[in-house]
Amino acid sequence: MALYSEKVMDHFRNPRNVGVIEDADGVGEVGNAKCGDIMKIYLKIKDNTIDDVKFETFGCGSAIASSSMATELIKGKPVSEALKLTNQAVTEALDGLPAHKLHCSVLAEEAIKAAMKDYYDRHGIAYDESQFPAGHDCEHCCE
Amino acid sequence: MTIYADNAATTRMSQTAIQAMLPYMDKIYGNPSSLHSVGQAALEALTDARTRVAKILGAANAREITFTSGGSEADNQAIRSAAILGKRKGKTHIISTAFEHHAVLHTLKKLEKEGFTVTYLDVHENGLVTPEQVEAAITPETCLVTIMYANNEIGTIQPIREIGAVCRKAGVLFHTDAVQAVGHIPVNVQEDNIDLLSLSAHKFHGPKGVGVLYAKKGIILSNLIEGGAQERGKRAGTENLPGIMGMTAALEEAVAELPQAMPKLTALRDRLIAGLKEIPHGAVNGDLTHRLPGNVSFCFEGIEGESLLLLLDDKGVCASSGSACTSGSLDPSHVLLAIGRPHEVAHGSLRLSLDAKETTEADVDAIIAAVKDVVAQLRAMSPVWRDLVAGKRQFVID
Repeated sequence: MALYSEKVMDHFRNPRNVGVIEDADGVGEVGNAKCGDIMKIYLKIKDNTIDDVKFETFGCGSAIASSSMATELIKGKPVSEALKLTNQAVTEALDGLPAHKLHCSVLAEEAIKAAMKDYYDRHGIAYDESQFPAGHDCEHCCE
Repeated sequence: MTIYADNAATTRMSQTAIQAMLPYMDKIYGNPSSLHSVGQAALEALTDARTRVAKILGAANAREITFTSGGSEADNQAIRSAAILGKRKGKTHIISTAFEHHAVLHTLKKLEKEGFTVTYLDVHENGLVTPEQVEAAITPETCLVTIMYANNEIGTIQPIREIGAVCRKAGVLFHTDAVQAVGHIPVNVQEDNIDLLSLSAHKFHGPKGVGVLYAKKGIILSNLIEGGAQERGKRAGTENLPGIMGMTAALEEAVAELPQAMPKLTALRDRLIAGLKEIPHGAVNGDLTHRLPGNVSFCFEGIEGESLLLLLDDKGVCASSGSACTSGSLDPSHVLLAIGRPHEVAHGSLRLSLDAKETTEADVDAIIAAVKDVVAQLRAMSPVWRDLVAGKRQFVID
């Protein structure tokens, strides 16, 4: 289908890093089943580096591809770099998304940030709250 | 290999329809409004087509047939015409259902802004309205009842004849959007007590961009398109003669084939439903008895419809879904919501629409295998499914 770029279709058909990390250091879940998108990110962090990352996604093709790409972009990277991941970076790495699918890349960014925040919280690490802006409220979109 | 199972979206044109169109492109190409012989030959064909369409729909008179650009235009014109007639008598109440096609719903929304009130009847979990509901909703202010013959997503067939009888008794005009019904099940405007009916050619192997509005004698149509005096002055614009000829041939062919097509298709449909029912936590949408012979509609928990369609397409199966991501809006299908499916379940919907000419038993078996694979693949990566299985989230479908 020409709806998506080849990159998106590749990550959708062969998603990287699908799965669960049972002993994850941080887990983040964003989205809402009512709206048709939920992303869950599991992080394993060692020496301030993203040692391993897995995801599970309920959603459309671009939601699955965005999660897959986001995990690729942070795997093996220092925590500080993972925190800087933006939805634009995910979109660009996927060679673009249709305008009405851009929110999928936003969810991917938010899912990773939520997992990072969970990691900090669990390990009692102090952090700057402003790094984790409140996720957009998904409830309104289904009303 | 491609298995096209989206015949409710559109169909492949039949050779009969294509061959019927060709002469009207280069041989009988005149304008039916022209007085010369080339134009008059076109007019003769147009008149012939109108007579044939009237006959096949069971209309009393060819003058009751107006050719349009398709189902949406016919729906718009039928409803707006009835509303204008009603308003002249001070009647501004319309009765419809919550799961009509958008061509109907959006026209009604517009009329509501213009001061009409609309009652949207509940279609229940099985996707059916009853004549009693219609009867109870009719008031002295009611000018129109518009209820679709068969639903485009879940395939349920309404008790049109009985609803029509209720409307006749009450003296209220009755319109039915029969886009999914004509050419698929028997439809007869007189026997079914229908005053106004819309149909679209491309749903029964005819060409796109052409349809019919049937309006019973005495119902004055209002123009949507102003201009020349074509279609008794009710629809301006030079007639799409190749389209009309192709549609007429396709309609005759489809209706002639109904006695063989319906049982064949029903058997394929039921085979497909039985196969898909083996998938846990999935359910058929809509009544199983009062159902179009070619319609299969399911919801599967824990997955989303667009990704389902994309992976099915990779396996060569063309289908459709009522998920928000495929509708281009944020909400899933209004049809699935109307039959009480929660949002999260409606997102995981799949419609397969089969065709008597095209679909084989082997196709059905291949579809079943493909859907089973894809649903399992998507559930394996779905956090919603994980929560459902873990009991953290309640299954809606057993």
